[in-house]
Amino acid sequence: MASQPARRRRLEVEDIGDIAVVNFVDKKILDEQNIQMIGDDLFRLVDELGRRKILLNFANVDFMSSAALGKLITLHRKLQAVQGKLVMCKIAKDILDVFKITKLDKILSIAADEQAGLQAF
Amino acid sequence: MTGDPISDDLDFASDLSEARLFQSRIEAALQASHYSESDIFAIKLAVEEALVNAIKHGNQMDPDKRVRVSYRITPDRFDVRIADEGPGFDPTDVPDPTLDEFVERPCGRGLLLIRGFMTDVQYHGRGNEVTMTKVRNGHPPGAE
Repeated sequence: MASQPARRRRLEVEDIGDIAVVNFVDKKILDEQNIQMIGDDLFRLVDELGRRKILLNFANVDFMSSAALGKLITLHRKLQAVQGKLVMCKIAKDILDVFKITKLDKILSIAADEQAGLQAF
Repeated sequence: MTGDPISDDLDFASDLSEARLFQSRIEAALQASHYSESDIFAIKLAVEEALVNAIKHGNQMDPDKRVRVSYRITPDRFDVRIADEGPGFDPTDVPDPTLDEFVERPCGRGLLLIRGFMTDVQYHGRGNEVTMTKVRNGHPPGAE
């Protein structure tokens, strides 16, 4: 592969025990234009870095579209396939409504805050 | 807000970057009109979903095809019309993504979100044009 410009980091990953706690770097994220790259970074955590427990912290997120939902579903299924688990936390009310309208709040694990999220594994 | 409507009519190439510029313009106008954060979120989301549909599905990402947008902001409501140059579609053909057999699909939720967050949504012509309305929270429909 030809050399490419340094890839801008979009995720902050902190390991707490065997749980990868992921914060998003950008606030206005998870829209169609950048979700592809964020999705790739999330999948890499599972496929290449072997994470099996992932806690996504949405504290820094103020917008999300259906493109992000697709990536989250795929991440959830990837983890299920390796007996892992995805949990999400600190989701703002408007974004929580997105999960509720699409009934994905019944499929995906959502915790109120990071502490509750860590307990959910 | 003074009460004077804000409106515009423009078109741009089938490019997500162009769509994002338009979304920023809408957001700024809504903030200047003192719409609530929740209403702005709802409008941003519906516009995002509709523009992505127009660019990706309607115009097939063809840079030679345009997306035409017009919008109007009043103290009581937001209206937007988005049209692409594609063949159109029948919204009733889109499966309900909340059904058990579809709920874990990675796509297909755009229309559901548009309807869930906007007050009214109508498709026109062959389905390549959509109009969406958001009545401002606490304002009765049709009041201006």
